[in-house]
Amino acid sequence: MDLKEKLVSSFLVFEDNIDVDNDVHDIRSKAIKNFEAKGFPSKKEEAWKYTSLNSLQKIDFSLFPKKESAIEYKDVKKYFLHEIDTYKIVFIDGIYSSYLSETTHDGVDICLMSAALTKPMYKPVIDVYFNKVASKDESLTTLNTAFSKEGAYIYIPKNKAPKKPVEIIHFSTGNEAALLLQPRNLIVVEENAELQVIERHQSLTTNDTFTNSVTEIFADKNAIVDYYKLQNDANTASLIDNTYTDQKDTSIVSVHTFSFGGKLTRNNLNFYQNGERIDSVMKGVTILGEKQHVDHHTLVHHIEPNCESHQDYKGIYGEKSTGVFNGKIIVDKIAQKTNAFQKNNNILISDKATINSKPQLEIFADDVKCSHGCTIGQLDEDALFYLQSRGIPKKEAQALLMYAFANNVLESVKIPELKTRINKLIANKLGVRLGFDL
Amino acid sequence: MLKINNLHAQVEDKEILKGINLEVKAGEVHAIMGPNGAGKSTLASVIAGKEEFEVTKGDVVLDGENLEEDSPEERAHKGVFLSFQYPVEIPGVSVTNFVKTAINESRKARGEEDMPAKDMLKLIREKSDLLEIDRKFLSRSLNEGFSGGEKKRNEIFQMAMLEPKLAILDETDSGLDIDALRIVANGVNKLKSKDNAVIVITHYQRLLDYIVPDYVHVLHNGKIVKSGTKELALELEEKGYDWLKNETIES
Repeated sequence: MDLKEKLVSSFLVFEDNIDVDNDVHDIRSKAIKNFEAKGFPSKKEEAWKYTSLNSLQKIDFSLFPKKESAIEYKDVKKYFLHEIDTYKIVFIDGIYSSYLSETTHDGVDICLMSAALTKPMYKPVIDVYFNKVASKDESLTTLNTAFSKEGAYIYIPKNKAPKKPVEIIHFSTGNEAALLLQPRNLIVVEENAELQVIERHQSLTTNDTFTNSVTEIFADKNAIVDYYKLQNDANTASLIDNTYTDQKDTSIVSVHTFSFGGKLTRNNLNFYQNGERIDSVMKGVTILGEKQHVDHHTLVHHIEPNCESHQDYKGIYGEKSTGVFNGKIIVDKIAQKTNAFQKNNNILISDKATINSKPQLEIFADDVKCSHGCTIGQLDEDALFYLQSRGIPKKEAQALLMYAFANNVLESVKIPELKTRINKLIANKLGVRLGFDL
Repeated sequence: MLKINNLHAQVEDKEILKGINLEVKAGEVHAIMGPNGAGKSTLASVIAGKEEFEVTKGDVVLDGENLEEDSPEERAHKGVFLSFQYPVEIPGVSVTNFVKTAINESRKARGEEDMPAKDMLKLIREKSDLLEIDRKFLSRSLNEGFSGGEKKRNEIFQMAMLEPKLAILDETDSGLDIDALRIVANGVNKLKSKDNAVIVITHYQRLLDYIVPDYVHVLHNGKIVKSGTKELALELEEKGYDWLKNETIES
């Protein structure tokens, strides 16, 4: 049985274990029908031209883990931003781990999707926001919607900001030979409220893991949301991240994506600007080797006038790694005075590495500033000579230049400890002894 | 210390250095002057080992050792320093961290341990005072957003930290106002000793008022066409380069 059939037929099993008599389940039922009609995307579709899901579909994934696994904190401490205090929503093989988590209801709700989807007190929020910005027809999103049950639920009411950042971490332990996870996150940040989130998916095994995640982010007037995705997973882990952001007037939402590993990673990042004077920021650093593959698909839809979007993606590709950047910007006719900027710079450090970079601009307004630039190149010889002339060996000098190349994306990271952590990851990834503490 | 014998160098089949002979002894300051395109910067780059330039004839010898096979970093480890006309910006790496890395790489190459942090700090303090560099400046990203003057001062700061045997200053005076020029020149003068040597490459005589050369050479069309003492620089300032070009043709 192929994966699609298995998923569709297991929907009945899924229904056995949940309350099916509610609005949310109507949404799920519609979604599974949609997925059944569409199936997994194939390379024939333009948006999936460079990323194939064929090999993943051949794996016999378990859809519902049979047993809970325990993890000792000391064994996974390094995956947490343990240098600072954070709220934590942690899942092990898709199941919430209260032991590793720290949730709160102190003025804000930082807790579980399973609670939000079932308890009456959350119903008003769920009714307004759940599945409202996520696509109703993109097949992987509908697949996630059909099985939506667990994930992170974050609700920050008007004028509030949680005391500390929130970490959402998914561990997979290898208890199953192959595991498919479908976390579903809902993040609502009301007027004048603020939130910082760090998300990571970490496989602790060499067994296959396939995560198809959907996150909906709603930023109301004047809200500020900073979302950091840390993707440094094992070479047997694949991730499809579908993030949908709905922004209202003068809100600022930034998503930083750090892609340093994993077998196949696809980031579908969609921003919808439903208001004026909005800023949407998308930044990424990708450093890949071996046969790793990352595909960044971004979309910014400028729906109203006087808004901005800023995209800056940097990639360093070695060995046989492959990368894709596809940045789509739509500016509606009414969205005058839009400023949309997009940059994608890449360095190939191996003859066998590949990058496909494609800007896609659809501009229907006439008074806008849109710029896009994409470069693919090698390291600057003059810069290399400069470093070497100071006694720094060529290999180290190359690494230092790559480090510098990737580094300026980090400037906008607002959590200093996270910035330091990512700096170190970049240095390690580039295999350089920089000779100093970062 | 440095002996350059009949040096020919080319880039992409275009010969730029056409037989340079130069000897620099320890304790000396040499100035190399000449019009644009004479090959001054190329000479500096070739001594420092830039791979883009192909040495087709002749050699560069440092303390009796032919540098031909040495990479730029190996030359640096042996005590060659080139102050760049256009220093490169390295975002995310502070001046301090860069200098530390450079010093420790040289030490590693000589089989020495890393410099202890305390000594490093002391040295940084001493040398930044010498060049009147603000401490805050040292934690900024290397050359990023630096003014022309800051870049040059930072180059000489690195030179002070690395204590090279042979320092080549390529157009260090360009982009400097008179105060910055004085500070930079003062730094270079204080670093001068009987054991090291300096080659100053410049278009104008101005810098040589502050860093007084023992010898002045005029480079034109890939060759040294005239050598003399510091008075030659004054003569050039007065007459320009044209009279020399003519003289060369006559001779």
